[in-house]
Amino acid sequence: MEQDKPCYTAANYKSDQSVRWCPGCGDHAILNTLHKAMATLGVPPHMTAVISGIGCSSRLPYYMNTYGFHTIHGRAAAIATGFKVANPEMTVWQISGDGDGLAIGGNHFIHAVRRNIDINILLFNNKIYGLTKGQYSPTSARGFVSKSSPYGTTEDPFIPAELVFGARGNFFGRSIDVELQTSQEVMVAAARHKGASVVEILQNCVIFNNGIHNAITDRSVRADRTIHLRHGEKMIFGANGDKGLVRDGFLLKAVTIGQDGYTMDDVLVHDAHTPSNFLHQQLAMMDGETLPLAIGIIRDVEAITYNDGVEAQVKEVRAKKGFNTLRDMILAGETWEVK
Amino acid sequence: MLEKTNVKVLDKVVVRFSGDSGDGMQLAGNIFTNVSAGVGNQVSTFPDYPAEIRAPQGSLSGVSGFQVSVGRGVHTPGDQCDVLVAMNPAALKQNVRFLKPGGVIIVDVDSFTENDLKKAQFKTLDPIAELGLEGFQIMETPVTSMTKAALEGRGMDNKSVLKCRNIFALGVVCWLFDRDINAAKRHLNKKFAKKPAVAEANSLVLDAGYNFGHNTHASVSTYRIETEDPRPGIYTDINGNTATAWGLIMASEKSGRPLFLGSYPITPATDILHELAKRKDLGVKACQMEDEIAGVCSAIGASFAGNLAVTSTSGPGLALKSEGIGLAVIAELPLVVIDVQRGGPSTGLPTKTEQTDLMQALYGRNGESPVAVVAPASPTDCFTMAFEACRIAIEHMTPVILLSDAFIGNGSSAWRIPEADEFPAIKPNYLPSDIDKTSWKPYQRDAETLVRYWAIPGTEGLQHRLGGLEKDCVTSAISTDPANHEKMVNLRREKIARIANNIPELTVQGNADADTILVGWGGTYGHLMTATDQLCATGHDVAFAHFRYINPLPKNALEVLSRYKNIIVAELNTGMFADYLQAKIPGKTIKRINKIQGQPFLVKEIVDSVIDLTK
Repeated sequence: MEQDKPCYTAANYKSDQSVRWCPGCGDHAILNTLHKAMATLGVPPHMTAVISGIGCSSRLPYYMNTYGFHTIHGRAAAIATGFKVANPEMTVWQISGDGDGLAIGGNHFIHAVRRNIDINILLFNNKIYGLTKGQYSPTSARGFVSKSSPYGTTEDPFIPAELVFGARGNFFGRSIDVELQTSQEVMVAAARHKGASVVEILQNCVIFNNGIHNAITDRSVRADRTIHLRHGEKMIFGANGDKGLVRDGFLLKAVTIGQDGYTMDDVLVHDAHTPSNFLHQQLAMMDGETLPLAIGIIRDVEAITYNDGVEAQVKEVRAKKGFNTLRDMILAGETWEVK
Repeated sequence: MLEKTNVKVLDKVVVRFSGDSGDGMQLAGNIFTNVSAGVGNQVSTFPDYPAEIRAPQGSLSGVSGFQVSVGRGVHTPGDQCDVLVAMNPAALKQNVRFLKPGGVIIVDVDSFTENDLKKAQFKTLDPIAELGLEGFQIMETPVTSMTKAALEGRGMDNKSVLKCRNIFALGVVCWLFDRDINAAKRHLNKKFAKKPAVAEANSLVLDAGYNFGHNTHASVSTYRIETEDPRPGIYTDINGNTATAWGLIMASEKSGRPLFLGSYPITPATDILHELAKRKDLGVKACQMEDEIAGVCSAIGASFAGNLAVTSTSGPGLALKSEGIGLAVIAELPLVVIDVQRGGPSTGLPTKTEQTDLMQALYGRNGESPVAVVAPASPTDCFTMAFEACRIAIEHMTPVILLSDAFIGNGSSAWRIPEADEFPAIKPNYLPSDIDKTSWKPYQRDAETLVRYWAIPGTEGLQHRLGGLEKDCVTSAISTDPANHEKMVNLRREKIARIANNIPELTVQGNADADTILVGWGGTYGHLMTATDQLCATGHDVAFAHFRYINPLPKNALEVLSRYKNIIVAELNTGMFADYLQAKIPGKTIKRINKIQGQPFLVKEIVDSVIDLTK
């Protein structure tokens, strides 16, 4: 039965435009991964739409052989929402950066998540405004020095995951631009999830914020400072695979298995599908310092989507008192005849 | 049964219901309107409600009004009323200025308490003397106590009883105008279908009011209103906002594109969202978004996805949508933007009418960003012009701004329901079969109209990318080429200009051979037409041209206007349309009649000004 399904390769999703990001930019890896993820999903290019706002990452739709729309700053979520409601058969991706999605577009972002519109939001987080040449973004750490904060910022950043949970999100995944396998796995899961899926990808801006994620992502420390969560598996990490996450009262704790009396039995098993977001939120908030930064699919819970809700309501109302034409509807109301 | 003494036969009468904003004046007015329309009267209404949601009870700022004109030759709700219903001292004080000399006042004398008189800022306990109402026929009516008496022994609480006061007043008015009391009861039963006890109580109170009028005030003149004999067909009563919503649905039917509305609540446009939210029974998808920007952006997304996409708002919302409209301009996507204008700037006069968004609609975007602009002339014309906005948007792949206003949006009149084939098919500019999909480029366009083809997402082989960056004039690839940009600017302008080939020409009413032409646009039609009739009937010959297509103008417009010695533009702003025309007719000084008070014109103002300007 699978034979009849046309088979797509990554090349089928590539447009003929030459890619214009800076050499070494993390966006190249994310783009290639997205092409592969789409091929894995097998949704035909003509049934796929990629919608972006403004910023370096938002150039991405031009490099896709799908339907694409490079829109205006911050509004991609609202435009993608209208698109999906109008044409629910299509798979819709939204590409945003941390400035586009969380500053100027913050309102649309939280409402898209709250509404649970079935779109896949890829949030490229490089903690900087690249296209305008290096201003701090809403994810830059307090004290961050940039052209618009020469003495360091005096404000705290958003943590994207915290916003997603605050908006009652049902899917949150995270990856790193150079973690190609993880990125692909999370993108595919995000697309298969029905509802608003947010995938945060830690992306390196080689020109204006080079190495911003290095404390976590550098090869020498990555294994100890990140943990790849997989549904149904033990929460294990570390270069030797001997570290694990255990419960510590209401909080989490990283331990070395075999030390201080901790055994493998104490290590938690990841359940991405449990409706309660209590543990998911704790996992997502781990920052790579005392606890490892979580990558992979952190939360993936099914809930009714906005677009399905709209379709179902139209169907239900029409079944009960639907009219075929406007005229029928008006004639069913209060009228009088003049002969 | 009813002794008809002093019957005045009038072409039309105007009744104004006024009371506290919680007194149910809109309901009483609406029922009277519907009952009148039901016997074939032409009707035109003007709800005049306060900006405050609930101002303090009994205060001057909390007065709510509903004015209706019924009869024949009704084009406006009337400048002044024949009958004023005032439910409390504040309403009396605020509204007596709208009453014609010798008119009838029905006032609730039970409300003349010290407390209420103080709230209405009366200095004495005799408001009638204090206001000097000698020239009017005053029906001192104990509305509150009679309502209580009618409902005595029914076990209703005081609050519920008082809620029926409006219907007592309606009963008196029905008596005064010889309206069928049973028709009014049918409306009440429908309104309160889910609350039979409330319907029954109101029915009793309606009878009580009617009987009160009959029994005690036989000396007051009663009116019998001529019924109009309009074109045969099936009629309904409709307000402008509902007509707008229905016009969009008609366009959806005629174009085959599903209807999507992205909107955000804003006075006085919200009723369009309300109506379309109900119309899931016709498959309409109406989404209340998180803000005005999301309203227009969701519509742009829906348009790209292949729907007939609309966003509805008022002036402040249009300002927020500007950047989004610019995106639809450069992406060349169909989009209908409805602006039900209100008084500005800023929050301004949210519930009052104005025509002050014309310049914003024409020019309120960054860059060279032309859009089509149309404006309905009356509540029922909202249907036609909403349809036209959609037709132009879809056939010309452009945003279209529909400039309605609070006066016609809330006003209503009788409307003949169009036959199924009365409106033309709307033809989306799909890719023609003789263009090969493999060679097609997104910005390839029809040579005559300059309209690009609409490739609907989901179609195999037509994948393409749009965006807000300047595009190559054929391929739609990003282009920063200087010559290409200038070419695209001119192309977008010319594309809008050529819409003139696809809209009706301007017609002249009144005396076309006069030296003077009165010019208007949008929602002032009723007043200007009535003024034209009055001027011509009194020996002041005048021609009259009313614009519903603003950008582009009808092809013959400038030639028609140039024929006249005097061109007088009347509008509810400081002269925006006059300026717009003046730039196109440099050789002639355009005269102006302007009013910026948040209120419609009075016919008399127009008549006097035209006579003045042509002396």
